[in-house]
Amino acid sequence: MAPARGSRHAGNSLRLRALEPLLWLGPALALILGVVIWPVVEMVRTSLMDISSTGVTRGFAGGANYAELFAEPDLPGVVLRTLVWVVGVVTATITVSLALAQLLNSRFPGRRMVRWALIVPWAASVLMTALTWRWMLNNFYGVVNRVLMDVGILDKPVNWLAHPAQAFAWMMAVAVFVSLPFTAFVILSGLGTIPAEVYEAARLDGAGPARTYLSVTLPLLRPSLLVAAIINVINVFNSFPVIWAMTRGGPGFATDTTTTYMYKLAFDNQAVGESAAMAVVNFALILLVVLVYLRVVRRREEIG
Amino acid sequence: MSAVTARSTTPQSATTPSTTTRRRPPRLRTVVLTAVGWLVALMFLAPYLQMLLTALKPTPELMKSPPSYLPSRWEWSNFADVWSLKDPPVSDALWFSLYVAGMSTLLTLAVGLPAAYYTARHRFRGRGAFLLLVLVTQMFAPTALLVGIYREMVSLDLTDTAEGLILVNAAFNLPFCIWILNAYFASIPKELEEAAYMDGAGRLGAMVRITLPLALPGVVTALVYTFIGAWNEYVVALTITSSGDRTTLTKAIPGFVTAYQEQWQYLFATSLIAIVPVVVLFVFVERYLISGLTAGGIK
Repeated sequence: MAPARGSRHAGNSLRLRALEPLLWLGPALALILGVVIWPVVEMVRTSLMDISSTGVTRGFAGGANYAELFAEPDLPGVVLRTLVWVVGVVTATITVSLALAQLLNSRFPGRRMVRWALIVPWAASVLMTALTWRWMLNNFYGVVNRVLMDVGILDKPVNWLAHPAQAFAWMMAVAVFVSLPFTAFVILSGLGTIPAEVYEAARLDGAGPARTYLSVTLPLLRPSLLVAAIINVINVFNSFPVIWAMTRGGPGFATDTTTTYMYKLAFDNQAVGESAAMAVVNFALILLVVLVYLRVVRRREEIG
Repeated sequence: MSAVTARSTTPQSATTPSTTTRRRPPRLRTVVLTAVGWLVALMFLAPYLQMLLTALKPTPELMKSPPSYLPSRWEWSNFADVWSLKDPPVSDALWFSLYVAGMSTLLTLAVGLPAAYYTARHRFRGRGAFLLLVLVTQMFAPTALLVGIYREMVSLDLTDTAEGLILVNAAFNLPFCIWILNAYFASIPKELEEAAYMDGAGRLGAMVRITLPLALPGVVTALVYTFIGAWNEYVVALTITSSGDRTTLTKAIPGFVTAYQEQWQYLFATSLIAIVPVVVLFVFVERYLISGLTAGGIK
């Protein structure tokens, strides 16, 4: 914030005027600095400290926590899975959302109702949605096995969440399911900004529907797609409840991403310093994505 | 001046898309679209229908393998029974959730409204920096900062308190609220307010009587969004609270399925009690949300 620059000619009232913004922004600033920025600082500090499993700080640790983290035998698998998780979920989400947005942008009876249905997974708690999927995928009592057996795809039930690869694939599907509504609505609002004349011009030029979509719609959707992709990357990377509700990252660490792994290090293994190191690595990655986001948003602002 | 300036267009402008087809659509096209549309709706509702059907099953039927699609007897009493349960304590958790979400929303609006209003109406040194801070922190999620939040709450002695949860929920929803409110305030002509001021309404009077009512859709959106965010919040509640009487509904729900009990019918009955009101609230604000969530990234 900018306090008054002490000018000799500035009277008291002018000095007060300069402090006026602080009066209006102060509380918001205090809340953001105190509860969002402080944890960032505290996290970095913790990652450099030697902290006992009971939470007692024993002093400065230097890079020891990071060294310990990078020596974890489970870490390479966790990092690789996180990469698959983020890239897979975001790609699938964007692709399906493009189709969904196109559907919701066309006129048909009951469109409003379909939009409302799409809101449900967005508004509902992700944890509760994920718990439902866990129940539906249950070996004995789950409806997924029942349906697959009724249509003849399976002849005996599969314990989907017991096998890491299958469990992880299902969790990715659930993560896509809960990311679709927001993404589809972002793209839908992007479609709404494309002027009708552009389509008219494409039609007069004799472009068919496929050609129009590829050379008119998609390029004009670029800003929406970019923003949707970036916000999704951050959300999907941070996604905790889906994994926590369905497998807790288990068996062992076999279905963990770096986010759930960080949680387990701190609150299951009581390795607070090492967990903070993981968190700092995660946070640095997110910050990188935020920087890209800023560039995108700012460029839009300059054009607009 | 920074490039991060407030959107001056009304957020509504980017919502309801207009259909562009000029030609009279062939009948077949409409039929196919309708069929696909309704199928998609069903797919999105399927897990919640499954929730409802499971919540209505009599207890013994839950452990039937293979499971039945529909309950043999519709046990509506499950929805009444959950209120008297003690492990997890559903009614206490519901009140605690209402309190935490309500107070978080009030706090967010109390600090967000003045900040959004002032940044929309005035140019001053540090304005760009402030808006940049808001834009950046909107992208931060409590999950990523969990260890830091936990350590901070321990040192402030706020673990296992409603206040700790309220502070975190309010702070992390604040950036979104400032963005969306700022856009609304900026879209309301200053002259309207000046006119009221000239008529002797006073600065504050002009703001409260003229600007605030015009920004009402933005205020309601901010309010509903913060409330739902706090209502659904899980990972912070899981980490910083532990007592039974300081359990939010979202945190309480997994407690139906533990090593000691498996009561999926109650788990889903309680989930629906938690989900249905927020979905209804959400439907009202959906069209205002996108512009705020993408922080003006799309027009």
